[in-house]
Amino acid sequence: MSPDSSSPDRLLTVDRLVKRFGGFRALDGVSFALGAGEVLGLVGPNGSGKTTCINTISGLYPPDGGAVRFAGQTLGGLASHRRARLGINRTFQSPRPFASLTVRQNVALAAAYGRRHGAGTGGADSAALLAELELDHLAGRRAEDLNSAQQKQLDLARALATAPRLLLVDELAAGLNPAELGRMAERLAALARGGMALLVVEHLLSFLDRLTDRVIVMNAGREIFEGTLAEATRDREVVRVFLGGDHAG
Amino acid sequence: MPRVLRDFLSVGLPVVAIFALLPLVYANQLLLFNFVLFLILAQGLNAIYGFTGYLPFGYVGFFGAGAYGFALAVMHLAAPPALALLLAGLAAVLLGMILTPLLRLSGAYFAIANLAAAQAVYQVIANPALQDITKGPYGVSLASVFAPKASYGAALLILAGVLALVAWLRHGRFGLALQAGRDDPVSAAMAGIPVVSARIIAWLISALIAGLAGGVFAWHISVFYPETAFDLSTSIFAIVFTLFGGAATLSGPIAGVILLYGLYNVIGISVPQYFQLIYGALIVGLVLFLPRGLASLLQRRGIDVP
Repeated sequence: MSPDSSSPDRLLTVDRLVKRFGGFRALDGVSFALGAGEVLGLVGPNGSGKTTCINTISGLYPPDGGAVRFAGQTLGGLASHRRARLGINRTFQSPRPFASLTVRQNVALAAAYGRRHGAGTGGADSAALLAELELDHLAGRRAEDLNSAQQKQLDLARALATAPRLLLVDELAAGLNPAELGRMAERLAALARGGMALLVVEHLLSFLDRLTDRVIVMNAGREIFEGTLAEATRDREVVRVFLGGDHAG
Repeated sequence: MPRVLRDFLSVGLPVVAIFALLPLVYANQLLLFNFVLFLILAQGLNAIYGFTGYLPFGYVGFFGAGAYGFALAVMHLAAPPALALLLAGLAAVLLGMILTPLLRLSGAYFAIANLAAAQAVYQVIANPALQDITKGPYGVSLASVFAPKASYGAALLILAGVLALVAWLRHGRFGLALQAGRDDPVSAAMAGIPVVSARIIAWLISALIAGLAGGVFAWHISVFYPETAFDLSTSIFAIVFTLFGGAATLSGPIAGVILLYGLYNVIGISVPQYFQLIYGALIVGLVLFLPRGLASLLQRRGIDVP
């Protein structure tokens, strides 16, 4: 599949992206596109390049080949803090709070420094965001004192404080209990309905299923399937990479 | 009342006031001056270590650059002390700019490279070939501007400014952004914080503080040698005082200076071997059991340490 990069409704276009670590090609020419308000699931076995993909889009690594285009602009080696101000933000697989700062300070800093150009100062104010993510009763606590589910909520709150147009979600569901999972899925779905584009890396397929029916399956740094989750589970190649050759009927 | 002002009025100002009044009742002004000097240096080190996590073992390099910046301004430009102090700060900031690439290193590598850089500056200044400019290894004499009372007052003013600055770093937006970058540079960048440039600003602020301290030191003692201005124990003292009290707080480094420099003056001069034993044991104990200093004893109990 070669995405049409000139299509105006494509907020994010990833075009034959390559990322090497030494001789290992963590991303080996992956391509996809994502529009505003869309949710795209990114699944694949461990080591298939999902997190590397998010890290490259968010500016943690410069790409070794191919291109990431966002809102009509080719990002190249643009630094992460500038991407945040363009409207790209993310959560982390293991939460990365500012441990010694309070929950409120964590979110307020992101709102002060990372707010997208043109997002104004209204909208998602920090207090409302903390209440929405059930962190308001912890606002004065140091982030290191939070449990891991709360730190995940904080990661999300901090990302949302920058008013992103594209949110990269890296295994947010892992470690949440069923009630928290349901609320989190509903929250992400609401963000998408509000026009935010979401790229969701997730192992928990039932969680993904509540959010989107469009997934990309990756293996060894390439996309091997694009379609609905239901189709993916019937695809011979997908079954082979997840379960091994014997199961592909 | 904003927290910056509250911390400065409750912690910073009383310290300055006490050291302003002490000369009235205590005659050893050089000792008092040294306390003020280490209060400034410990907070200057705090500005870079406490807020970015970079531990500069060569911190004395900025101090020496300031001392010689002051001396050169007086000797060659016949600058009045106030102008020479400014030039002392500027000399340290220029050295800080030259050493900015060191920030690409981290942890022990940064500490060692910074130490080597300070030694290099020392060797240049102490070089006999530069005798016409720096007086080389023979030291400088600034008797023409010697003014112990005025220089003590200037040191107090610098201390007041530095305490206000650290109070601002603790609560102001810029200082919080620095702390975020120290806690996690990756997620700080994702929160829109320009981590590298913020760090460089903290580095130059820290250099400026040491340069002003070096300048006022040169003014106060007026006769000194390169090995005094670039004495490595100045770095070590500033580091130990800051770590002992608790970096990234305003009161921690102050407590560190008062307690440890006090201890040094009680026993360190009369029985130096015991002092070194106690100091050595203290550093080991700190690193093992109390890496965040005295302040963390209270912080653990949920008490907010200014």
